[in-house]
Amino acid sequence: MTTQASLVRQITDFAHRADPYPLYEELRRTPVLHEEEGGPYVISSYYDIEALLHDPRISSDAANLAAAGADELSQAENTGLPPSFIRLDPPAHDRLRRIANSAFGPPHTPRRVDDMRGELAAIVTGLIDGFGDARRIDLVDRFAYPFPVTVICRLLGVPREDEPRFRAWVDPLVASLDPETREEAGADFAKSAQEARTQLGMYLAGLVEQRTREPRGDLLSDLVHSRGPDGAMTMMEVLSTAVLLLIAGHETTVNLIANGMLTLLRHPEILRRLREDPRLAVNVVEELLRYEPPVQMVPQRTCIADIEVRGVTIPKGSRIWLVLAAGNRDPERFPDPGRFDPDRGDIQHLGFGSGIHSCFGAPLARLEAQIALAELARRLDNPRLVQDPPPYRRNAVLRGPRHLEIAFDGLR
Amino acid sequence: MVADYLERLRREGRIVIVGASLAGLRAAETLRAEGFAGSLTLIGDEPYEPYDRPPLSKAVLLGRASARHTELPHRREIDAKWRLGVAATGLDLTAKRVRLADGDEVEYDRLLIATGVRARPWPKEEEARLDGVCVLRTRDDAARLYQRLRSGPRRVVVIGAGFAGSEVASACREKGIPVTVAERAGAPLVGALGGAIGAVAADLQLENGVDLRTRVTVTALEGDAIGRVRAVHLSDESVVEADVVVVSLGSQRNTEWLTGSGLGAGPRGVACDAGCRAFDFRGIVTDDVFVAGDVARSPHALFGYQFLSLEHWGNAVAQAETAAHNMICHGADRRPHLWMPAFWSSQFGVNIKSVGVPPMGEQLMITQGSLAERRFVGVYGHQGRTVAAVTFDNARWLEFYQRQIEQGAPFPVEFPTVDRRPEGRQPVPADFPDPSLPTHGPTVTLSGYSPADRQLVFTPARH
Repeated sequence: MTTQASLVRQITDFAHRADPYPLYEELRRTPVLHEEEGGPYVISSYYDIEALLHDPRISSDAANLAAAGADELSQAENTGLPPSFIRLDPPAHDRLRRIANSAFGPPHTPRRVDDMRGELAAIVTGLIDGFGDARRIDLVDRFAYPFPVTVICRLLGVPREDEPRFRAWVDPLVASLDPETREEAGADFAKSAQEARTQLGMYLAGLVEQRTREPRGDLLSDLVHSRGPDGAMTMMEVLSTAVLLLIAGHETTVNLIANGMLTLLRHPEILRRLREDPRLAVNVVEELLRYEPPVQMVPQRTCIADIEVRGVTIPKGSRIWLVLAAGNRDPERFPDPGRFDPDRGDIQHLGFGSGIHSCFGAPLARLEAQIALAELARRLDNPRLVQDPPPYRRNAVLRGPRHLEIAFDGLR
Repeated sequence: MVADYLERLRREGRIVIVGASLAGLRAAETLRAEGFAGSLTLIGDEPYEPYDRPPLSKAVLLGRASARHTELPHRREIDAKWRLGVAATGLDLTAKRVRLADGDEVEYDRLLIATGVRARPWPKEEEARLDGVCVLRTRDDAARLYQRLRSGPRRVVVIGAGFAGSEVASACREKGIPVTVAERAGAPLVGALGGAIGAVAADLQLENGVDLRTRVTVTALEGDAIGRVRAVHLSDESVVEADVVVVSLGSQRNTEWLTGSGLGAGPRGVACDAGCRAFDFRGIVTDDVFVAGDVARSPHALFGYQFLSLEHWGNAVAQAETAAHNMICHGADRRPHLWMPAFWSSQFGVNIKSVGVPPMGEQLMITQGSLAERRFVGVYGHQGRTVAAVTFDNARWLEFYQRQIEQGAPFPVEFPTVDRRPEGRQPVPADFPDPSLPTHGPTVTLSGYSPADRQLVFTPARH
């Protein structure tokens, strides 16, 4: 019991951040782990996670979670806005996600993501050119971090001249989501984050108002002018959704790219193949989402009925953690799961979740990571890791390197 | 000895597949994937390589895909001899020979029957020959109907509001073409989903501007002086003028070529065991003749061992794979075909999906969402068990309900769900028509009896 009782704490313990996979393996030995009264039920096998992601007795509603006694991993960021669709159940979730999707993807807007291809490539090229004469950089700060926020600006329709201002608000906001930064920075930082939040909210509100009067082709315009049977979003709903896209689309993509480059540098043969054939990027990114998923677990679910998983009854009202990263390396599902192998024919990973809450931004995230990794592979001459493992972020859920120092001989 | 025979069969045997569509192609690929090195012949009455049918009533009619570009992707090389454009006309079980329409004969060591179904034609031949009277089953049918819809007909009449008919009506409305749908039952889709869900489908049609006539039959198709259809006469004595009539009365199984062969084949298909081996007319299972796809009817352990005929895309694939595997395996290595029935449709902007066998259900419960909003999950119950589920724009929950069916979960559904409305707390009659009445054809046909009636846990194989 003692070793079991420590498992959840070991996973959240920063000391294990660089390599949590042995812990996940141990976790899978007790596929439904419940260590202490009031603690979460931790699910770690692929098929169980997959099943629960489609189970209508599992709720994502913020109110249900609060009633279940949220823990440090599942707490929602306080944005001062109504809950976004990631923290709602149907039918409220479905309505908001439908409107958002009608502005983002097929069938209503099938070209939104694909049309950004050229723009994404240009941003990537600009960032890599920006390395200049440096032969050693922090890939997180210089590349993985600025890339997604620029993309979100373009997606939402933030005018280019406002991008620097916008980013100045987003940076402290995103940084404040990280408990480590919060702890270290103290009261001043919290205050500046709060201020950034307010400024950003006001700026977005202004932009929404402008788009309400004068629609353009961007996502914000489409959100406020949605003419489908669901009508348009209210101002508060648009703000909630925009902040959700900003936050959910940011940290995760940073980690996907940073984990990706780290993994490639640890597998030079695959890096070489990617350099020679950028089409390999598709499989590389899928295998990355399995092997090093940027979202390691979904800790915000509760059950609204007694449910049975592998003979264990999880009582109504319990908190449930779905450890996607453990399921992704479940030998019951994937042969040789601990091997990074973009050639495996079957990579149906849980990296983007599944069911009604499956990652909204997945098509964009895929494209961002594919372009970023293919270009880094192509343009960096003889890249290598300076420090392995690199220093990690505190966060156990959105796991990734805080810095990724790499050295290279030049740009191609 | 058996081992020797199989070894030789795998190395140099002759396998003939009659039917060159989805099931035939997937079976051929599976045979090669599992190491069959002998000669492989595919016989198909259409002149085309295997193509995909679901788009024919959807994207093709809307002009978003060409009927000519619906070929099925091949999973691997199959190195087969193709006999396309020539129908099989007879089978000699003793001599192990298939007769072809061109007089040729093809010998086999093992045979797979995958001849599928065809559209049920309008029964009055003279009326069926009128210009403008169409059916929709093949690639050529779809190309012709697309041309007709493109030439701007004043009105289209669809006879039969099953899935295919409803999809045609949906395509017409999307193209702004006036359309009348005539249906014998009280609502569309009742054969497949029952009257309670059919009522939702009826609302959907009406709201999209379909002139829906239910509880009527078509008594006559009227032509003009030069042999073009000009009007449809209904049993309520009304007359609808139209220049295109789409006959959508379900399908007929392609088994006529097996008449007199000694196989247990007839209008309901070719009966086979769970291992896809055909029965002869005495009810004795053969060992050299296998069946797969729409033409097969086989017992399913999960549904009381009833013989199911499934006109489902996924069933054709799964059954073909199982049949092919079993054709070149020993008894102990053979697998049962235990595919969970599932189908989908897309009409009037709504995605409809189902798992299990809805027509078995006596009662229905809306466990998520609401009928009025046309976004819901409906669960069908039969004798206290969950046997099927249907979703309208809610397909992401379906996996859960599939597992409920596999586990023989109790019905009514008592547990709470995330979008349970007051209307979903009580079961209502599913309202299927009397199965002895002719309909446009449910997508699942139940027949046969149950050799055992015991609780079982169904554990499907995982990849």
